[in-house]
Amino acid sequence: MIRRPISFTALLASTLVLASPAYAVTEIQWWHAMTGGNNEVVVKLAEEFNASQSEYKVVPAYKGSYPDTMNAGIAAFRAGNAPHIMQVFEVGTATMMSATGAVKPVYKLMEEAGEKFDAKNYLPAITGYYSTSKGEMLSFPFNSSSMVMWINKDALKKADIAEIPKTWPEVFEDAKKLKAAGYATCGFSTAWVTWANLEQLSSWHNLPLASKANGLDGFDTVLEFNGPLQIKHLETLIELQKDKTYDYSGRTNSSEGRFTSGECPIFLTSSGFFGQVKGAAKFDWTNAPMPYYPDVAGAPQNSIIGGASLWVMGGKKPEEYKGVAKFLTFLSDTDRQVAIHKASGYLPITKAAYAKAKEQGFYKDQPYLETPLLELTNKEPTENSRGLRLGNMVQLRDIWAEEIESALAGKKTAKQALDTAVQRGNAMLRQFERTVSK
Amino acid sequence: MQKQSVFRSPLLPFLLLTPQVAVVLLFFYWPAAQAVWQSFLLQDAFGLSTTFIWFENYSELLTQPEYYDAVVRTFVFSAAIASSSLSFALLLAVMADKPLRGAGLYRTLLIWPYAVAPAVAGVLWIFMLHPSLGVLARGLRNLGVDWNPQLNGNHAVTLIVLAAAWKQISYNFLFFLAGLQAIPKSVLEAAAIDGARPMRRFWTVTFPLLTPTIFFLIVVNIVYAFFDTFGIIDAMTGGGPAKATETLVYKVYLDGLLGGNLGSSAAQSVMLMVIVVALTAIQFRYVERKVTY
Repeated sequence: MIRRPISFTALLASTLVLASPAYAVTEIQWWHAMTGGNNEVVVKLAEEFNASQSEYKVVPAYKGSYPDTMNAGIAAFRAGNAPHIMQVFEVGTATMMSATGAVKPVYKLMEEAGEKFDAKNYLPAITGYYSTSKGEMLSFPFNSSSMVMWINKDALKKADIAEIPKTWPEVFEDAKKLKAAGYATCGFSTAWVTWANLEQLSSWHNLPLASKANGLDGFDTVLEFNGPLQIKHLETLIELQKDKTYDYSGRTNSSEGRFTSGECPIFLTSSGFFGQVKGAAKFDWTNAPMPYYPDVAGAPQNSIIGGASLWVMGGKKPEEYKGVAKFLTFLSDTDRQVAIHKASGYLPITKAAYAKAKEQGFYKDQPYLETPLLELTNKEPTENSRGLRLGNMVQLRDIWAEEIESALAGKKTAKQALDTAVQRGNAMLRQFERTVSK
Repeated sequence: MQKQSVFRSPLLPFLLLTPQVAVVLLFFYWPAAQAVWQSFLLQDAFGLSTTFIWFENYSELLTQPEYYDAVVRTFVFSAAIASSSLSFALLLAVMADKPLRGAGLYRTLLIWPYAVAPAVAGVLWIFMLHPSLGVLARGLRNLGVDWNPQLNGNHAVTLIVLAAAWKQISYNFLFFLAGLQAIPKSVLEAAAIDGARPMRRFWTVTFPLLTPTIFFLIVVNIVYAFFDTFGIIDAMTGGGPAKATETLVYKVYLDGLLGGNLGSSAAQSVMLMVIVVALTAIQFRYVERKVTY
């Protein structure tokens, strides 16, 4: 019976030895939500940075899905134990930026650490989402994507469709043809139902999703997506859902496999889907910009980004901040950005990296990797297309999705559903406003 | 023979009780008190700004029609899960109780699902019944049933009830089997000699003698349906479509962890605690009268 305590103590002792920090280097904790190939990119970046100098050591830690990572970070902060760098998905932006004191804005960090930094070097379509209206960068963009339309070219051929559809009416018509050609359960579909059919739809047609520049100019914003175009779009989807010309694919991307398996030949989802399509699709595929309604003047406008950015947490020591700043400079390096872009399919964040990738002829072989960039830079962003900053966005999206679901199930009309979505969402925004303004 | 133990020191019994009391205080009363305190606050996710707002979280909750929907939904859910898993487990136990060749193997196989984690069980059922991935879903479609739990709320509820009941059957089975084996064979034999047929023997002899087990299992199953179905719901439907599978516990998670609305979430936990306490009290007060020990 004595054996167990002894081995237990030995184990404890050995973990203590292993866990004791090497005092010479400053450790920087980096919590992230990247899995698979992208996790390898994260680990490799940390290794390269650690090898490039000897003062700091970046330690990446995978913390689960995006919401899991964010919750872990918030819980750690409340316990006084936050990491230095936390990857937060784009919908968490409002929550993070409202937490004055919990986070350290990137522009301030770079200034205080004396790192060379010019926000103008970054692609405005990407950094706009993470900056104040004055252009001060709050968080550092890491992995950005946008929504694109994935196309099964073999299926189009089978249905005698010569060209990739550009507008929504063309998509509807082609989906009917595809259905007749044997794609009976799904002519076209969308992952992330609210991102595709409310958020991106609105900015792509230069319509507001919410007042105050979609919340970028203040938390006293109200939702405005129950306009005629959004209602018309949802009405069409309800109609097409009846015979599965359009088939609902859920609130997240969990049904993306319907594209790669060949069930849905036209599928709107993130450009970050690239890695999976490349690995799993056994047909000729490509992607194209999101469709638009040609009767809307000026459409298409520009798309908004998805993905995540790196937030620097508050209350750390100056030498640690120095290391964080150095790491962000390291990530901004042009060659490194090109490499990350190529390996992960996520967008390059600096203008120089985009130009270099273009110069190298990268997009000639892989035009589908440029599609989201073309969408984002299609036109100069307007108040309606700069980005979204709504509090409690994760829950807001759930509320909107619930209403869309009941509309698609035939329980509500498009107008009823969107009106209720706006009304319930506004109540949530007021609640958020109360918690941030003291 | 002495039936009561006598402590020489008056301190010793308290000392012996201390660990138990400490554990209960630390892991039940302390968090419960925290939940009550939190439910009076309005706080942002990071805990940077806190306002004391008395019962506002509760009053807000009680004016939401969605909250009442969730309460009703949870009760319907629990009734469906408890009744289906109890009746099916009883049927299986009665059959496995018969002298069979290889009974040990059957019993082991029947107990197996209990070892499966809720989230894993959820994924397992998704693989069978996902509208486009599932094997069974395809079969249903071929039969002309438009099986679509992603949009059809009733389908989604069926899916969750199936998975949740399936997981609980093993546990119920185990207790039923033990209960059945505790019934003296002589009683049943006597009934058989009196000419009672198997069905009559079951309802007049076996069933009444099983009532203590059944009562215990009803309480356990309702608590299970209230709380432990979380993993299954999270893995299978995420509360959707259109709230069709959003039970009270899932709502606590959605509002508190995903929505960062800790005050409301805490108020909901307190309400949930009250509901379950009331439910258990009712069971012991009224249902227990029908139990013969």
